[in-house]
Amino acid sequence: MEKSGLISLLTLTPVTALELAQSLKAKFSDVVSDPAEFRGELTLKISDAERLPGICAVAKKDLGFDYLVDITSIDNYGDDPRFTLVYHLYGYGHGRYLRLKADVSEEKGEAPTVTGVWRTADWHEREIYDMMGVRFRGHPDLRRIIMWPGYPYYPLRKDFPLAGRQSDAPEVAFSEPAPLAGGPFVTIAGGKDTISREPRVRIPETDAIEMNARVERRQDLKGARGQAHGPGPIDKGRKGAG
Amino acid sequence: MHAQTEIGYNSKVEGDVVVTRLDAAINWFRKNSLWPMPMGLACCAIELMATGASRFDISRFGAEVMRFSPRQSDVMIVAGTVTYKMALAVKRIYDQMAEPKWVIAMGACASTGGMYRSYAVLQGVDHILPVDVYIAGCPPRPEALLDALIKLQNKVAKEPVLATWKKVA
Amino acid sequence: MAELREIELPDAGARIAQAEELQDLHGEKMVLNMGPSHPATHGVLRIVLELDGEIITKATPEIGYLHRGDEKIAENMTFTQFIPYTDRLDYLAPLANNVAYVMAVEKLMGISQQVPPRCQFIRVICAELARVSSHLLGLGSYAMDVGAMTVFLHTFTEREKIYNLCESLTGARFTTSYTRIGGLARDLPPGWTDQLRKFCNEVVVDLDETETLLTRNRIFVDRTQGVGVISGEEAIDYGLSGPNLRGSGIEHDLRKAQPYLVYDQLEFEVPVGTAGDCYDRYLLRIEEMRQSVRLLHQCLDKLPGGPVNVPDGKIVLPPKDRVLTKMEELIHHFINVTQGVNAPAGEIYFGHENPKGELGFYINSKGGGTPYRLKIRSPSFVNLSILPKLLPGHMVSDVVAILGSFDFVMGECDR
Repeated sequence: MEKSGLISLLTLTPVTALELAQSLKAKFSDVVSDPAEFRGELTLKISDAERLPGICAVAKKDLGFDYLVDITSIDNYGDDPRFTLVYHLYGYGHGRYLRLKADVSEEKGEAPTVTGVWRTADWHEREIYDMMGVRFRGHPDLRRIIMWPGYPYYPLRKDFPLAGRQSDAPEVAFSEPAPLAGGPFVTIAGGKDTISREPRVRIPETDAIEMNARVERRQDLKGARGQAHGPGPIDKGRKGAG
Repeated sequence: MHAQTEIGYNSKVEGDVVVTRLDAAINWFRKNSLWPMPMGLACCAIELMATGASRFDISRFGAEVMRFSPRQSDVMIVAGTVTYKMALAVKRIYDQMAEPKWVIAMGACASTGGMYRSYAVLQGVDHILPVDVYIAGCPPRPEALLDALIKLQNKVAKEPVLATWKKVA
Repeated sequence: MAELREIELPDAGARIAQAEELQDLHGEKMVLNMGPSHPATHGVLRIVLELDGEIITKATPEIGYLHRGDEKIAENMTFTQFIPYTDRLDYLAPLANNVAYVMAVEKLMGISQQVPPRCQFIRVICAELARVSSHLLGLGSYAMDVGAMTVFLHTFTEREKIYNLCESLTGARFTTSYTRIGGLARDLPPGWTDQLRKFCNEVVVDLDETETLLTRNRIFVDRTQGVGVISGEEAIDYGLSGPNLRGSGIEHDLRKAQPYLVYDQLEFEVPVGTAGDCYDRYLLRIEEMRQSVRLLHQCLDKLPGGPVNVPDGKIVLPPKDRVLTKMEELIHHFINVTQGVNAPAGEIYFGHENPKGELGFYINSKGGGTPYRLKIRSPSFVNLSILPKLLPGHMVSDVVAILGSFDFVMGECDR
């Protein structure tokens, strides 16, 4: 193993972050603001989120910001536009950071994707969609990544309480049928003991009867116990598997 | 009917034969070879691994066979935060375990949700599983886990085995 | 849809069979579900694999099984109250997370330069100790997954020594919550530096033993060399960081590129791999541990005396004897505990070289004691995003080797 790898970056090209930010502003002076500085970091505000992919492509190819560190979203609850997207860029060649901010209003609720520029944006944008509800146009696979598919809320919004709200528990945390689901080698969850759950004793035609019986038993239990405990009770709304 | 907790030398026959109650014998076998199903979810899983490592050696108590197969295990140690997304998988795996089975809720998160009172965390695994022993701590020391294992062994020793058999048959 | 890669098969019969199969994309593939409860997925990760025989054609990782809502919790806590939550992010190296978080808050408050040098050296010691601890466990479980169980027990013995050190320093074996904004919770206990030096001498011996068990082990090398190759451009494009990035030949270490704490006063080397495969990442972690031990020795030699906290009562809790006797300190203590340190309005990002990669904290504050938005840029989240690209073309047994070499932690990935 050699000390100097294929790309040696410990010798950085000398250019300041301010020069890079100003050259980006010069290229897009109609939408990019002047660089604002706080604690040694530069932030550029972009007034039109639709121009983001173009600006990011220029930042990557011409200015050398080849590493997208992070994409974040902020909920400015009560302000309009409601959401702010924050992009953190870094360049390995020059070792400088840059922050881009763009606003997305609640009515529009979407922004163009930058996965064409950096492929790491894929999961970051999925997480923003999951947590904040901002859609990304052109994203290859925009679906929830942290909460289960079918979760109805966007948790990081300011009007969503920390303790959460009632929702249906996940059937399977996977929107397509699970592998081998319902097949001859799969147990039925929630049977009263191992013998009844054992796949060998199952007769597939009577599965429906068994499922209904189980659902009724659960309804009885829920009635006896009263309101379920805490947000999102696990057995609420379970339907019999198909 | 209550089992006698100790194996008693009721009478000695031919030198090395011990006569005792069936309950006591079966429970003695069960409690000294509790094979855990480690449901290691978060930080407590690291302490679980440390308990299985050489310093705190859970093997002294017969529980070193940490099979990740629910079919072959006796006690499920829920170590870590159970989220709603994971709760379904935990319940499914618990259902696949063969009787008799027990559950140890290890740590604050598994017992009551811990310090995570948020939208995604199940406030205690006892909402979905019947827990036998709770362990406090964040994470509990390996000695605490071993103490819980000993408490579970004492509980297993008191179980009326024959009554369970009659119910199933 | 899934893109099939052309896989070169040496066997003529298999090639013919593959040519026929390629006409029919559906119905010939098996879907295998790996996880979330799986011994080799290092936590609750679920991967749905589409297999064509033994070879993977599509891999879809599913995360979120350990999502605890840390970022939303942070909006309801003061900065100091959030420190225990940072322990549980990368729970293999909690000291490093603590250091990263308080440094981010100190950057926001603009007091990074006021932190006394003794505190900075101790923080470097904490971070490097956490690095050794994390890599030890990563290697131990990696080797156990690949089949070498003995290594696991060896590395855990060394980790127990680190736990002893942490316990005498902070009170807890791990989940330490040791650092505070503007300093540390307490100073080093007497005799701790001697214990640390003794540990440093012992861990190098154990690293040598581990290397004799693994580095030239035929089975280990066959299972890891040439497996999971990530090119340098891919690594940059997917935002990898830490040993995963350096294994692919990119020489980037935040301790050298953006020096923080006292790393610019210390001598160490950054190991870089060439092939970008699992074997390189393994060698890289061993070498990083040796460099960390080197750093620990230097810190112990250069450790200055003096205070460990910023002498400002509004940021750090004043000493108890003054709190109980003087009015001003009492007020500072009260406000510090109930409302938190008063951070200015603004936003910062701070990236820290964690054992897993770049752990970043983006804090957006509107003033006051609680953050308005705290985003945790977790290295494991980004490192795992390359799996759908990396796994296809490998065999099922390689998945275990690749996951082990990535050394991710789900607590950090899901937050």
